[in-house]
Amino acid sequence: MAMSTYREAVRAGLREALAGDARVFLMGEDVGRYGGAYGCSRGLLEEFGEERVRDTPLSESAFVGAGIGAAIAGMRPIVEVMTINFSLLALDQIVNNAATLRHMSGGQLRIPLVIRMATGAGRQLAAQHSHSLEGWYAHIPGIRVLAPATVADARWMLGRALEDPDPVMIFEHAALYPLEGEIGERPAAPGIERAAVRREGSDLSLITYGGSLGKSLEAAEILASEGIAIETIDLRSLRPLDEETIIGSVCRTHRAVIVDEGWRSGSLAGEISARIMESAFDELDAPVRRVCSIESPIPYAKHLEEAALPSVAGIVATAREVLR
Amino acid sequence: MANEEAINRRAEREGEIELFREMLRIRRFEEKCAELYGAGLIRGFLHLCNGEEAIAVGAMHELTNEDAIVSTYREHGHALARGLPMGGVMAELYGKANGCSGGRGGSMHLFDLTRRFYGGYAIVGGGLPIAIGLALAERMRRGRSITACFFGDGAVAEGEFHESMNLAALWGLPVLFICENNLYAMGTALHRHQARTDIAARASGYGMEAIAVDGMNISAVREAVREATAAIRRDSRPFFVEARTYRFRAHSMYDAELYRDRAEVENWKQRCPLALHSARLAITEAEMAGLESSIASEINEAISFAEAGEWEPVSAAFA
Repeated sequence: MAMSTYREAVRAGLREALAGDARVFLMGEDVGRYGGAYGCSRGLLEEFGEERVRDTPLSESAFVGAGIGAAIAGMRPIVEVMTINFSLLALDQIVNNAATLRHMSGGQLRIPLVIRMATGAGRQLAAQHSHSLEGWYAHIPGIRVLAPATVADARWMLGRALEDPDPVMIFEHAALYPLEGEIGERPAAPGIERAAVRREGSDLSLITYGGSLGKSLEAAEILASEGIAIETIDLRSLRPLDEETIIGSVCRTHRAVIVDEGWRSGSLAGEISARIMESAFDELDAPVRRVCSIESPIPYAKHLEEAALPSVAGIVATAREVLR
Repeated sequence: MANEEAINRRAEREGEIELFREMLRIRRFEEKCAELYGAGLIRGFLHLCNGEEAIAVGAMHELTNEDAIVSTYREHGHALARGLPMGGVMAELYGKANGCSGGRGGSMHLFDLTRRFYGGYAIVGGGLPIAIGLALAERMRRGRSITACFFGDGAVAEGEFHESMNLAALWGLPVLFICENNLYAMGTALHRHQARTDIAARASGYGMEAIAVDGMNISAVREAVREATAAIRRDSRPFFVEARTYRFRAHSMYDAELYRDRAEVENWKQRCPLALHSARLAITEAEMAGLESSIASEINEAISFAEAGEWEPVSAAFA
């Protein structure tokens, strides 16, 4: 099985998309000559030229909006926003235009646009480069929200996203870029909207996504040594949520802990918890619990940043409490 | 020879009367909308364009069917001048399924893909990046069409305006920016929201050609847009036209107009684009009666079309 880093997997996905469809182009800050802030597009400018690997000014609203306009006109733009905190400068275009135009035009306008960006903490970048706001985007009807947590998903999700005639946002946890893993085979249907059971177990469902998957699997491994079987679910799609997989798992394990690097108040973790309550209340042997980031801007100092984020120890401790 | 000249003059006058008719059609449509709003048949926000008709009609006349249009929430005039059937527009204002946006958009969001009318945008400045993208796609496909993007003076204060100006000039995109400067961003006068009120000069600072034109004079608008479209197609550069105009009615239907003098409004009404054009053409009473009657019938038919429309089933809207 071929191995790759997450970063190289993203690049392979981009290269395949650019090579396979003349309508596809990549646009964003420093995607060309610089090779991408995280190196995901290194070499693509040389391979595909300036028109299709297009450096933009620091104008998030204009270049995200330009992606929407080009998609309306039949292109297949991939817009890279450097990090999720910068995407707030393009919120008007994403929320007021990309998410609404198909509905508001009575179905006339379609927007086959993919917006990618880095999200998450863990690299001591402090409070304007570290937040996990993808849960906000998952609140918005009209956009699909994906979070590849594995090298294989980093490789294959983009192609599936480009097949969607409506806007898709892909959130790549920045701490994952150096991660090594198997690229795997091109996945067959069912598609990107389905969650994946990354580890099977019968005692508790650990529901997570993106940068928290690794920590959750580590926690599951520790508990396994104590004879506790944790089922670990990687959501993959934050909108729509794969309720069938989530509820199916909870009905088997009767206990659930959600791990989400976003803050707890108004979070995606809260949404998942509510859905479990709505659909599987009678199945639960214990209250659903959440492991989220501390409700503070993410600090710079390493020990403070680590303390602010979900940790393996925290997940293990919460799981033990639920199992008690 | 003399005969030929007479024929040409007559054809030219007929063409000019047709333009006048288009403006009158918009004016009467807007007046009817105000009436229907009062009767509770149109709801939501309603922004009428009385006074600004020469820009919509003059500009559309110089654009081709292949060119793309991006508009604002004050876009009934743009839509009608572009050729959207009046019935579909009226039905949209009624919220009916036979409206041009299926009843989901309303007055501020008229769309017609078949006519490359890419919508009314109700976030001030929000349509500009969309226009950039439409033009970028055209450029990448080596097409020849222009994207015409309408917006008001209020948009000049938005970051999206400046980002879009720079991007269009930087990438040499075929965008025609048409600023309908009606001197007020809702109720805030231009000199109270801009440090420098010469908008065309601001645009030229981005490295594109920019001209200011009397937006109450349809001939001047046409001339400016003709020059602009020729330059865009020739040089593959954006072009900026600031059309100086005035909104005769309130900003929307909820506006006591506390921010401007009645005398100022009356003064601008002396420069009504319809009156100016009809005086220039010496339109006769008989001609006027004919135009009024045909427009009244079209409006009545549009209302009948809207009234006959169905409501979209709830289940279909949220499928």
